[in-house]
Amino acid sequence: MTAPWTAGEDPQVHPIARSGDLVHIRQAIRTLSQECRLSLVDQTKMITAASELARNTLIYGGGGTVSSGLVSANGKRGVAAVFEDSGPGIADVEQAMTDGWTSGGGLGLGLSGARRLVDDFQLVTAPGEGTTVTIIKWVR
Amino acid sequence: MSERLPILRIGDILLVSVQFDLEDQMVLNLQEDLANEIVAKSARGVVIDISALEIVDSFVGRMLATVAAISRVLDARTVVVGMRPAVAITLVELGLSLGGVSTALDLEKGLAKLRQPTSSALR
Ligand SMILES: Nc1ncnc2c1ncn2[C@@H]1O[C@H](COP(=O)(O)OP(=O)(O)O)[C@@H](O)[C@H]1O
Ligand SMILES: [Mg+2]
Repeated sequence: MTAPWTAGEDPQVHPIARSGDLVHIRQAIRTLSQECRLSLVDQTKMITAASELARNTLIYGGGGTVSSGLVSANGKRGVAAVFEDSGPGIADVEQAMTDGWTSGGGLGLGLSGARRLVDDFQLVTAPGEGTTVTIIKWVR
Repeated sequence: MSERLPILRIGDILLVSVQFDLEDQMVLNLQEDLANEIVAKSARGVVIDISALEIVDSFVGRMLATVAAISRVLDARTVVVGMRPAVAITLVELGLSLGGVSTALDLEKGLAKLRQPTSSALR
């Protein structure tokens, strides 16, 4: 897949190795969303989506990283985040994206809900090859 | 790392004010502490103030729903107060309706709700 960043847009990389990292990641996404001047509701949606995906990276992916930063395309500005792990991957993507489906003890709303909360959502995964989820929220 | 939020008691009501973004373990600790305190203090109601929270994801949302369910089983009632409009909009879009959770706009209205007779007060 193609990274959302263009020349001059250097994302920050944060580790996702323990649950305390989720607090830092939410803070980092909040700072970017404010810098980008997303509306308050859009900031809230972006941070919430990031929190869900970071927790998946930690719990199901066995840890990984998130790269986050400002992006621009076609005269629009936005906030992007790329969650990456080299965990087991997802065998049945359609099932994983279904509201309420969880292989663990969750509510099964992280992936499907995050997709609704952002403008761009891309999931790249294969069994044994890890999982990468890219999300973008554009300024309206 | 097992920091715990203080649980205040006002008569037979327990009050928790979430003042900062919580780590997952603190969320789980709160759920457990509230269940224990309802029994230990024979509490009739629980008020959880989330007005300082800028986001509520499915993990915190599940805790709120679970505390509401636990309190019902223990013959107490839970009211979540102060949810920000942006948080409410986001939760609904995430897919979490929090159907079993009683809410009020602020602390005062939440306490008033707990003073009403059971039948009409809470769904
Ligand atoms: N990074 C990941 N690596 C492997 N599996 C994942 C990953 N993210 C999600 N999944 C799978 O997709 C399912 C649905 O995820 P999600 O919608 O966030 O719900 P929940 O976290 O409540 O289980 C998970 O239960 C898990 O099986
Ligand atoms: Mg999840």
